[in-house]
Amino acid sequence: MLLEAFRLALHAIFRNALRSFLTVLGIVIGVASVIAMVTIGQGSQLRVTRDMESLGTNTVMVVPGQGGMRQGGFTADRPFTIADAEAIQQDLSTVAIAAPYNITGITAVYGNQNHFTQLVGATTELMDAMNWSIAEGRAFSEAEERAGRPVCVLGQTVREELFGSIPPLGQTVRLESLACEVIGILESKGATSFGEDQDDTVAIPLKTFQRRIAGNDDVSIIFIEARADVSTVRAIRDIEALMRDRRRISSGEEDDFSVIDMKQIASILTGITSVLTGLLSAVAGVSLLVGGIGIMNIMLVSVTERTREIGIRLAVGAQAGQVLMQFLVEAIVLSLLGGVMGIALGLALGALGAHLMAIPFAPDPFVILVAFAFSAGVGVIFGYFPARRAARMDPIQALRHQ
Amino acid sequence: MSPDAEPPQIALRAITRVYGQGEAMVRALRGIDLTVEAGDFLAIMGPSGSGKSTAMNVIGCLDTPSAGSYHFQGVDVSGLSRDQRALLRRNYLGFVFQGYNLLPRTSALDNVELPLIYKGLPRAQRIAMAREALDKVGLAHRAHHDPSELSGGQQQRVAIARALAGHPGVILADEPTGNLDTTRSREIMELLSGLNRDDGITIVMVTHEEDMAEYARRHVNFLDGLIAEDHLHQVTEG
Repeated sequence: MLLEAFRLALHAIFRNALRSFLTVLGIVIGVASVIAMVTIGQGSQLRVTRDMESLGTNTVMVVPGQGGMRQGGFTADRPFTIADAEAIQQDLSTVAIAAPYNITGITAVYGNQNHFTQLVGATTELMDAMNWSIAEGRAFSEAEERAGRPVCVLGQTVREELFGSIPPLGQTVRLESLACEVIGILESKGATSFGEDQDDTVAIPLKTFQRRIAGNDDVSIIFIEARADVSTVRAIRDIEALMRDRRRISSGEEDDFSVIDMKQIASILTGITSVLTGLLSAVAGVSLLVGGIGIMNIMLVSVTERTREIGIRLAVGAQAGQVLMQFLVEAIVLSLLGGVMGIALGLALGALGAHLMAIPFAPDPFVILVAFAFSAGVGVIFGYFPARRAARMDPIQALRHQ
Repeated sequence: MSPDAEPPQIALRAITRVYGQGEAMVRALRGIDLTVEAGDFLAIMGPSGSGKSTAMNVIGCLDTPSAGSYHFQGVDVSGLSRDQRALLRRNYLGFVFQGYNLLPRTSALDNVELPLIYKGLPRAQRIAMAREALDKVGLAHRAHHDPSELSGGQQQRVAIARALAGHPGVILADEPTGNLDTTRSREIMELLSGLNRDDGITIVMVTHEEDMAEYARRHVNFLDGLIAEDHLHQVTEG
């Protein structure tokens, strides 16, 4: 009988396909938005986690000032020097690597092409620590680094913007007054959790940066990796003590630099994304409720419209329970169809969003299951009242209904 | 009930049916006695408002009498629950209505199959029985047509097939020819009397057309909620 009710329900639903579709549109949209939100939310969390893992969980950044990291790297606060980084590396047993570098925004020019990008003054050590690998050509050597040679390594974005299909190796790119030779191309890294394009960058030796671009010996950021067997908290304490000493900050004064634990940033980011995901999903959940009420409304209309049909069914011997079952199953099948369409649409939107935001596509089977169960539940709850009304009809009245 | 005497198929005793209360009270049936033996063919006639439709509804277990007793094949129906009455309709009664009452946008075969679904029969058997019934009314070739693609006479024949499908003992026909022209009406009446004659199905028919009543073996005339006349009728063949 249940199978029969299922068949009847499908028949009734497809007898009026357009109206059935409009009826479940609310459920479709509700389920789709919940699924899309959760998929994108989890994708971005996964992305944050993965970014942090690629940096290393024991990574610490030291920047001047108390404001934390700033775009462009230059602040009014007292900068560091290469000696600071060397001291951290040599004096602290808790630190494995301390690599100084500089960042600034700059316009790179090749022929009549120009492109505003991020210029990094780096060391080979830094490039290793940050997992920058070379796709084409080579990285600069330690000799070139020490000598401050005018050589550069381009990120994929810069290469495309400036050279297009021209082979870039051996060509000369102008960075303000500096003309440098392209010796290598970086492997593509995609965007960061913050949406920053990591391929939109040009790297030159730190010395070259200091002499030819900045015109001083400043270092804007020190990238530090704590020893694997040491807690990051201890390394940070050591770094703070050493830097306070080197910068002659008396015990009453506050630090004029910041030590940023990447793990903390990761957890803050993860926190923000999960709160956002939760909020948006809640809003989407409300639309599911509205969708359910829509189903009830249409089922009530349907029951009234089909009064005569119900009368006929009762006359040929349908029992109240059978009529109730028929309409209930119809509501459930209808909302389940809506749920399935919603899941498909939500996954499609999630995949599209993940693609656009360059985050991993991470569908959550649990949430999909919940959405499916929820749409069945909507069918039961909002289908019961109309179905009961159908089952309680008086056959004579129903047959007379025009 | 004595074991040797077969109880009548339908036995109404002092049936009354009252609608509403006080000033607005309508006494549709005011005490009716009617006995129908298996295999009989009744034509119930009378002016509108005489209670013939109410009587049909009571006989068809669609309505319950206000007072009196109704025994169907010896079983007291007045004490049955709504669902038990549905079971009785399902297994023993077939309905034919003036307006055909077929499900729209549903093929003739599916319409005929409908009562069999509620009997819980397997699909293959249902289809076989529905085809058999359609064949009996001469519409096997129209099995997959929707009601909207059939003429009135054909629709009524599908409705008769639906009534027949579950092999009922009684067919209740409420103005079965009310919407049809004379030729189609005669075809329907021939079909019904054939079912009565060849298959022994009891037929109780409400009609206001004398011509159609001619096919019945017994005429029952209603007037003001009472049976005014109940007499046998010589069926003229042809």
